[in-house]
Amino acid sequence: MASNSLSPCRRGKGPAAEGSGKGEGDARLKVPRAFLDLAQTVILHSDSQRFALLYTLLATDPRRIEDRADPLVRRLELMAKAVRRDIHKMRAFVRFRELVDEGGPRFIAWFEPEHHIVRANARFFVERFANMRWSILTPEVSLHWDGTTLSEGPAASRGDAPADDPVEAVWKTYYAAIFNPARLKTGAMLKEMPRKYWKNMPETALVKELVAGARARETAMVETARHSVGGNVQGAWEALRDEAAACTRCPLYAPATQTVFGEGPLDADMMLVGEQPGDQEDLAGRAFVGPAGQMLDRALDAAGIDRGKLYITNAVKHFKFEPRGKRRIHARPDAGEITACRWWYAQEVALVRPKLVVALGATAARQITGKAATISRLRGQKLALPDGATGWVTVHPSYLLRLPDAEAAAQAYRDFVADLRGARALLDGAMPLARNDPQADVSALTPVL
Amino acid sequence: MAQLDTRAKLAILADAAKYDASCASSGTTRRTSKDGKGLGSTTGMGICHAYAPDGRCISLLKILLTNSCIFDCHYCINRKSSNVRRARFTPAEVVDLTLNFYRRNYIEGLFLSSGIIRSSNYTMEQLVEVARCLREDHDFRGYIHLKTIPDADPALVHQAGLHADRVSINVELPTVAGLTRLAPEKSAPRIEGAMLGMRSAIEDGADARKRYRSAPRFAPAGQSTQMIVGADAATDGDIIGRAAGLYDRFGLRRVYYSAFSPIPDASAVLPLQRPPLMREHRLYQSDWLMRFYAYRPDEVAQAVDPATGMLPLDIDPKLAWALRFRDRFPVDVNRAPREALLRVPGLGTKAVASILAARKWRRLRLEDVARLTVSLAKIRPFLVTADWRPVALTDKADLRAWLAPKTEQLELFAA
Repeated sequence: MASNSLSPCRRGKGPAAEGSGKGEGDARLKVPRAFLDLAQTVILHSDSQRFALLYTLLATDPRRIEDRADPLVRRLELMAKAVRRDIHKMRAFVRFRELVDEGGPRFIAWFEPEHHIVRANARFFVERFANMRWSILTPEVSLHWDGTTLSEGPAASRGDAPADDPVEAVWKTYYAAIFNPARLKTGAMLKEMPRKYWKNMPETALVKELVAGARARETAMVETARHSVGGNVQGAWEALRDEAAACTRCPLYAPATQTVFGEGPLDADMMLVGEQPGDQEDLAGRAFVGPAGQMLDRALDAAGIDRGKLYITNAVKHFKFEPRGKRRIHARPDAGEITACRWWYAQEVALVRPKLVVALGATAARQITGKAATISRLRGQKLALPDGATGWVTVHPSYLLRLPDAEAAAQAYRDFVADLRGARALLDGAMPLARNDPQADVSALTPVL
Repeated sequence: MAQLDTRAKLAILADAAKYDASCASSGTTRRTSKDGKGLGSTTGMGICHAYAPDGRCISLLKILLTNSCIFDCHYCINRKSSNVRRARFTPAEVVDLTLNFYRRNYIEGLFLSSGIIRSSNYTMEQLVEVARCLREDHDFRGYIHLKTIPDADPALVHQAGLHADRVSINVELPTVAGLTRLAPEKSAPRIEGAMLGMRSAIEDGADARKRYRSAPRFAPAGQSTQMIVGADAATDGDIIGRAAGLYDRFGLRRVYYSAFSPIPDASAVLPLQRPPLMREHRLYQSDWLMRFYAYRPDEVAQAVDPATGMLPLDIDPKLAWALRFRDRFPVDVNRAPREALLRVPGLGTKAVASILAARKWRRLRLEDVARLTVSLAKIRPFLVTADWRPVALTDKADLRAWLAPKTEQLELFAA
């Protein structure tokens, strides 16, 4: 077998090319430098075919090595890559344990490489730990460094290395503490630290419990934070409003006069979400001050709700319009604009933490549920919102202003007031809030694409 | 407060440091301890000695000297008003831990940061003392990354640069408005001023080395920074623009992004939700495009959705860019220059290098390309080979849906 005839190369200094007289009998065969580099790496591979494969390449034309798309070259490249990776992983995953003998401290590691890489790696450890006495024991060979010279010993077994080191407990403490349970990504960990290396790495004993406890720790982190709204909510809200004033998250900021942020008591139980500021709101900088606002005030009054106790905001915080002559005609915000503005809405909800969020119109319904929604489907239903509040959907007051038929408009107004009364009843506890109601679930809605 | 032992302190001060994304040990000069006097070496490429279940590399002992702080930054677990348990290491304890870990081959070196105690100068002195002790008293030749404090005395910051391989100052948030709201005591001009000073110090150091072999090295691995993603209103477009500006003005080696994590005892000013890991991933991909694929920042910005200013989450920014500029494709694998091949979605820098080498030997067919890359699926519509031509595929209206991952496999990371 070719591998036997060439096998001395693995130990000797001479690269494979020098022993290549076989076959043609040409002792002065020239090979490119890249071939030697590749061969020196590939012969460290554990695959018994490595010599045969190298010989095949040598026998045809070693210059072919430049042709990376060639199947043989590709195979050899992949073998070299596996060897280089094993070399790198040995540098990373060797774990020394300290032992004190007559000569002072000595550091001993047990490592099980996949390929024949131990000698190739010796230099790295010598250069790094030159002032220590150390040994690396492997099933194939052992290396010993006494501070001045490197010597080779026979194969070893796990039992030859110390069984423990007190510093490992400290290292494990570090490993557990540096892990962020909010970012669990075990796939990425396994890709770089495959299980085959785990048995000789003390910290990997913790992985199972860390992963198992991650979700619980994260939930606990979020819960603690949710319950301790210390600090200055008013100050936080003012800072948020000032930051929103400079918002450029979507193109609507350019033609609009100003950002119209929400307003109202920050401990409000009910939050009212409109569509977007209209012409008058855009000029005044306050939500629901135009004709739709007057309609809302009337309906709130009729439903027995005090506007002063509500936090009122809009799904989209800039006025979207099409200029027509001197007038600015309202235009409906699109999905991208609603998504861009969700950030502000989510911040407001996080600060105010309302029990009930009432969406006025389809745009607001989309904002609070995060999904495409139609009023007719959602109206009169309790919705469990992702942020923990209860959602309630009704029409936008401007809809009432647009109905041409007086009879229909009157009926729509009565329905609107009834919806607002329903909202009040929810808050007053006449109906259970969605949190306790298994039927209320927004996940059944069509997801927004 | 009861006296804590080293392990208990380590648990607190490593936990407090875990929100910092950077753990790189690469990019510095080659050093060894072959002369038998010192301890440690650096290879220039960095080694990850372990991986935590969050998929992040553990290369350095990353800790804070103390998590007490006189600042009150809302995104930070260590802020003044937080109820977190406090601890403080002495410089000697940090030195001992570093050496003990290093000798057992657990780490490449130390990444030391700190909360601000007493004053910026006092804190900076303590950080520098740890690095000095490691380098001078123990002849430690491993990697050291020091976080520097913007307001500290320039002489102290200079000391840090002499001992450390890398220094960093965090810009913290992508927008100035965000910084004002969430880190009221920090100021963007002061942070940027410090970064500018660091840049010129690093350049002076490199310049001096060129002329005098004996000149001391100054932060040979350069400076880096970090910003938190998802805590303020910045869009991906804003962030890419900011990062490009930072690379440009301060000669940074890296800009790190850290998806905002819910933190225990977080301030009410911040959103509490799962960290947007997918978004962070897409931002890193856009960073890669600028650093390794010769995209200009304005070209990367073209990959964001113009309506929302955000990068798509379902496809990577390189594919998003290719889908917007279909007229640049298909590219002929046998004739196109390197720059054009680098723009093909699914072809990495290594695959492109292999293609260029193999082209001298053969006219590449689709199966040849398949051998050089992970998958052909993404490449097909954008590439012409000896036996493949996408014809109408490149201009297919629903090409995006055709190429985007069909399954919801990203659920775990979804924002």
